[in-house]
Amino acid sequence: MSAFSAQAAGPTADGGGVLAVVRRGWRALAWYVTGVLGESDYQRYVAHLRRVHPDAVVPTVREYWRERYAEQDANPGARCC
Amino acid sequence: MRSPEHVELVRNNPDLPPVAVIDRRPMTPGKKLVFAVIAVVAAIAWALIAILRGESVNAAYFVVAAIGTYIVAYRFYARLIEYKVVRPRDDRATPAEEHENGRDFAPTDRRVLFGHHFAAIAGAGPLVGPVLAAQMGYLPGTLWIIIGGVLAGAVQDYLVLWLSTRRRGRSLGQMIRDEMGRIGGAAGLIGVFVIMIIILAVLALVVVNALAESPWGVFSVGMTIPIALFMGVYLRYLRPGRVSEVSVIGVVLLVLAIVAGGWVAGTAWGAEMFTLEPVTVAWLIVGYGFLASVLPVWLLLAPRDYLSTFMKVGTIILLAVGVLVAQPAVQAPALSSFAIEGNGPAFAGSLFPFLFITIACGALSGFHALISSGTSPKLVEKESQLKLIGYGGMLTESFVAIMALVTAISIDQHLYFTLNAPASLTGGEPASAADYVNGLGLAGQPATGAEIQAAADSVGEESIVSRTGGAPTLAFGMAQILGSFLGGSAMTAFWYHFAIMFEALFILTTVDAGTRVARFMLSDTLGNLGGPLRRFRDPSWRVGAWICSVVVCGLWGAILLMGVTDPLGGINSLFPLFGIANQLLAAMALALVTVVVVKKGYLKWAWIPAIPLVWDLAVTMTASYQKIFSPEPTLGFWANHNAFREARDAGETSFGTAADPAAMDAVIRNTFLQGTLSIVFALLVLTVALVALWVCVKAIRAGGLPTSEEPDSQSATFAPAGLVSTDAEREVAAQWTAYYEENPDKLRAGTHA
Repeated sequence: MSAFSAQAAGPTADGGGVLAVVRRGWRALAWYVTGVLGESDYQRYVAHLRRVHPDAVVPTVREYWRERYAEQDANPGARCC
Repeated sequence: MRSPEHVELVRNNPDLPPVAVIDRRPMTPGKKLVFAVIAVVAAIAWALIAILRGESVNAAYFVVAAIGTYIVAYRFYARLIEYKVVRPRDDRATPAEEHENGRDFAPTDRRVLFGHHFAAIAGAGPLVGPVLAAQMGYLPGTLWIIIGGVLAGAVQDYLVLWLSTRRRGRSLGQMIRDEMGRIGGAAGLIGVFVIMIIILAVLALVVVNALAESPWGVFSVGMTIPIALFMGVYLRYLRPGRVSEVSVIGVVLLVLAIVAGGWVAGTAWGAEMFTLEPVTVAWLIVGYGFLASVLPVWLLLAPRDYLSTFMKVGTIILLAVGVLVAQPAVQAPALSSFAIEGNGPAFAGSLFPFLFITIACGALSGFHALISSGTSPKLVEKESQLKLIGYGGMLTESFVAIMALVTAISIDQHLYFTLNAPASLTGGEPASAADYVNGLGLAGQPATGAEIQAAADSVGEESIVSRTGGAPTLAFGMAQILGSFLGGSAMTAFWYHFAIMFEALFILTTVDAGTRVARFMLSDTLGNLGGPLRRFRDPSWRVGAWICSVVVCGLWGAILLMGVTDPLGGINSLFPLFGIANQLLAAMALALVTVVVVKKGYLKWAWIPAIPLVWDLAVTMTASYQKIFSPEPTLGFWANHNAFREARDAGETSFGTAADPAAMDAVIRNTFLQGTLSIVFALLVLTVALVALWVCVKAIRAGGLPTSEEPDSQSATFAPAGLVSTDAEREVAAQWTAYYEENPDKLRAGTHA
């Protein structure tokens, strides 16, 4: 859960100093890029499962992506010109 | 908490913090001043663009005019649409919240969703169209991209997104059927399919024209396939889920492939192996489309999509920085004679309607309606965010189109027409091309064959004569702009092939995803016919998938080959068809929006979608009419068809641009198909427009009609509306953070400010 909130909760504040600013910027960038590319979707899914279906089996990363691509296989999305 | 005047906080559940902030505060004097200054600066930039002539027009003016106009439009026009038409209710749960399953329905941070949505709508379209339209001068294109973006394209994207969000993320075709009945729905479905096929064919044609006779381009673009396969295997077996890691590796490999392309093309064996005829490249792309359609997504499609997203954002930023740093001088006239006489070499037809057809993406693109319905509505957290995603996303794409236009108009005019006139006019050789462009009466120094060859050498290409399709022109302009401050002339060839690579990457991503979507549309339609065909509905039935893939690739492949072998130069006749198709799709989407707005009883505000609809119908119907009925053979498909037929019947063995009887037969065949397609498109859209009109009249008589909107469901979450949270939103977000700290089990993704 803690890893999830660090990644999904957006850029968060921590301390001052140049290093902290750089770290914050890097974290914000990583949060954004993983969000747009869909990398953080796994954490999002696991968080959803834990919250709504606490009894459900949580898939591993590997299983999650296999299923996800299988889903994309069956429901293709268009890309624009 | 402090709740300032004119700010209303809405609660659905007294135990929970507010779910919505309704902010009706008037603008502060400070903000008014800021917007006034932005408006004045934009107006000055517009005035400079409109009044100044010659090389004193600086490319930076275009950037300032565009951004200023976008800001004012977003703040005032988009807000008017929001207040009067969309009327977002943040106490209502969006599909993402109501049906949340952590997968396709998942509340997503608005900034992330903006990036996601933009990556899905932006492709090669806004880069190619403006480049071709530059033959008419810079003023008409600039006006249409910015004003069209603000009043038409962004309105369409925003409102379709709104409709789909209120309907659980249903697709455009489905919504047309729900709101306009079965006839309208059927016309919409067939229209979407046919339009998709022509769009795939024309985009593939752009790639063929960029890669043919270019060993460097063929090698580096070809390398994207093994790179994508490697990424797919890496993600599946080595490090699953490490998407950004593998994307960075992929981008590094991609850059290496571009550099290696230069070496390979420099060797004798490389030049021999990778110098391909246009027809060969076309067959390879058709084969690629088929493979991408039948191979599993994880192996080829998904990794390519990651690469494409990375490159898209990176290159667009690079281009924007390039234009601002290099500030190239504008070489094109404000308005060229081709705009008035309609005899331009890149595409035929006069300013109205053909400028508005050629620049589709970037000003008004019907394809966006397919993207706006479906994925993004299932991810948005709050209805009030739709303005940022839909309207804001389209303005960003419009800005990309302005960048492409600026790049094209800063190229030397003689070189521009050398690149964009078909070989039947330039003769295909530097010397003959120089003679041709010098006869056009362009501004600036006349060109010599040696200069044209030197320009080709500077970008590492065999020739730049008649490299139509827009991609080589944009790449050439980008190489000059980027080379002027990044690496100088030594790097120009690298930047050229970098630009070719990313355009090909975008287009191939659209082609492979589009082939798949069209394949599914076909198998669904076949399956719905029932009987033994019902089996087609099963997506895991491999034989069905193969049959439908062959049919879809065959359809667009046939049009592609027709374009490649067309003696008139395929872009010249096919690009207008592409623009017409794209904007007819927009007409369908805008008709749907208008119908819903009238049905909901917002008749007074129906002009908001009706203005772009009427304009778009006027443009596309005039263009279709001219393409079908014009007696001018360069413009009308049937006039050309008949002229060639008569020549053949008279026993002639060469006619016009066709040098032999086989070429004459090709023209007769192609013009027949193009003319038929024009008629089909026009009829489909007229059907949808007439049904829309009929439903609107019915709704007005009845004083409003029920729509297929989903019933309300209460929201139990909060998220800010705009890119930056307001003070009131921040306070509510803080209340939610405190609430979640007390109740960590209630925490959900993406609900933070």
